[in-house]
Amino acid sequence: MNILNIISEIEKIDPEVYDRLDQRRTMFKHFAGFGKKLAVAAVPFAMGAMFNKAYGQTSGLSQQIKDVLNFALRLEYLDSTFYNEGVNRPGLLTGQDRADLITITNDEFNHIKFLRNVLGADAIAPLTANNFDYTGSKGGTRAPLFPDVFTNRATFLAVAQGLEDTGVRAYKGGAPLLISNNTILEAALNIHSVEARHVAHFRTMRRGGPQALPGSPQTAPKSWISGNDAGGPSPAITLPIYGSGNPATAYPSEANTVQAGVELVGPFATAAQASEAFDEPLDMASVLAIASNFIK
Amino acid sequence: MSKLLSKKPVNADSEKESSTPLHRRTFLRYTAGAGVAAGTLALTGCDDILEEIFNNPNVPPSLIEVNVGSGDFGVLNFAYALEQLEAAFYTKVVASAYYTGASAAERQIFSDLEAHERIHRDFLKTAIKANGGTPIRDLDPDFTTVDFTSRTSVLATAKAFEDLGVAAYNGAGKLISNPVYLGLAGKIVSVEARHASLIRDLIANGTFVGPDVVDQTTGLEMSKTPAQVVAIANNYLKKGSKLNVSNLPTE
Repeated sequence: MNILNIISEIEKIDPEVYDRLDQRRTMFKHFAGFGKKLAVAAVPFAMGAMFNKAYGQTSGLSQQIKDVLNFALRLEYLDSTFYNEGVNRPGLLTGQDRADLITITNDEFNHIKFLRNVLGADAIAPLTANNFDYTGSKGGTRAPLFPDVFTNRATFLAVAQGLEDTGVRAYKGGAPLLISNNTILEAALNIHSVEARHVAHFRTMRRGGPQALPGSPQTAPKSWISGNDAGGPSPAITLPIYGSGNPATAYPSEANTVQAGVELVGPFATAAQASEAFDEPLDMASVLAIASNFIK
Repeated sequence: MSKLLSKKPVNADSEKESSTPLHRRTFLRYTAGAGVAAGTLALTGCDDILEEIFNNPNVPPSLIEVNVGSGDFGVLNFAYALEQLEAAFYTKVVASAYYTGASAAERQIFSDLEAHERIHRDFLKTAIKANGGTPIRDLDPDFTTVDFTSRTSVLATAKAFEDLGVAAYNGAGKLISNPVYLGLAGKIVSVEARHASLIRDLIANGTFVGPDVVDQTTGLEMSKTPAQVVAIANNYLKKGSKLNVSNLPTE
């Protein structure tokens, strides 16, 4: 839940909102830093009406929920279309690799069916392979980022990891926006954990299987995100997937070790361990910026 | 002491706060109700008294359980209980005969899992306190069904705990009112899902998802309610540490 965005929205209508509420401004600065001792946790109570569950339980879906679900649906199309192309490229993935990709593709197809079913007439028009360019050349309008994405197993899995880690962060960022509707929230969480299982497996595949030792995050990552994974599979391009969102206080990078004001690094926990123990959410705009590399 | 012993047996309903430790006074009041002679008390050690209380069929469950409480702190304590259990399990794993003889990759994995779950546990305790809640007491795990010399047994138990953890957080998310806490649960559950994925792949590569955890029509992971979760988790907790989630919100 993004308090600062709400204030900045108010600011658009009333540019002097901060001056009018100078004391509050100071308070919100504290919240921005997550303050001490979970100060931020008090915010939703203070702004209870805005977040109260009672507000969302209306017949039909609120516009906010529709927006979040359609956004999720877009990402599901982005992922499933990519995996489906991968399944159908002869020789790209074989044996167990291909069987696993089919498993993942089926899950994503099911997510699409489910989300379309929930959204009904409010769902976006279906997206197809024509909408995407997984080389990252945006339909040939710029140099490709991943020219061999459909001919090189390593490149394909690197992009798959990036897309799926982004998806996990996107669902995590979206979940608090669904708090007004228990059914939808639970469903989103149930998709979120499946995406996390998928990406852990992509990472395991990239490492060389479950019995392979982790090495460089670029080529042999852990099944979980350690620090910011040194920028991911291809740091020049994938850094934003593991970096901070906007605002960074609410959407820190995956290297974050402070949760709700509690510093987790200490005598018994290293920074790597503390960052691995928690995944981080990402805001919609940052997710879209990452995804747009593959949208024509 | 004779005053305490002469009190009426404790009414189970008056003990809703059993998330706090069982105080000596409570034991004594209770023991009186259960009809244990004062002389026995004087001569028996605390563990024996506990054993006697727990084995007495007249003991109301509310006294020997740990009630996680109600509201958001109840949900957080529910999570804290599961993290205690997981952390205790991995502490045993990394000190086990299995671990000593395990592959380099498995040692690395369990070393990471031990750290992650310990961090989750310690974080939740700190966070509950920092927000004005009361963390439940330290739980006594019961891993007698686990063979810590056996890879099969350790991996099967790890799988059970990780899948359970994901299903538990997924089922409890909607019970949380405060979006900040919901966000925190979201940050933890995907890490549990990553663990589950890898543990399952260690058992049989390619089983990172499966029909036992993911609905094959919707692609949604199947949640468990807190009641369903503790029905499983309580198999790994000693008497006196069995979890009671009856005061948690249901929606």
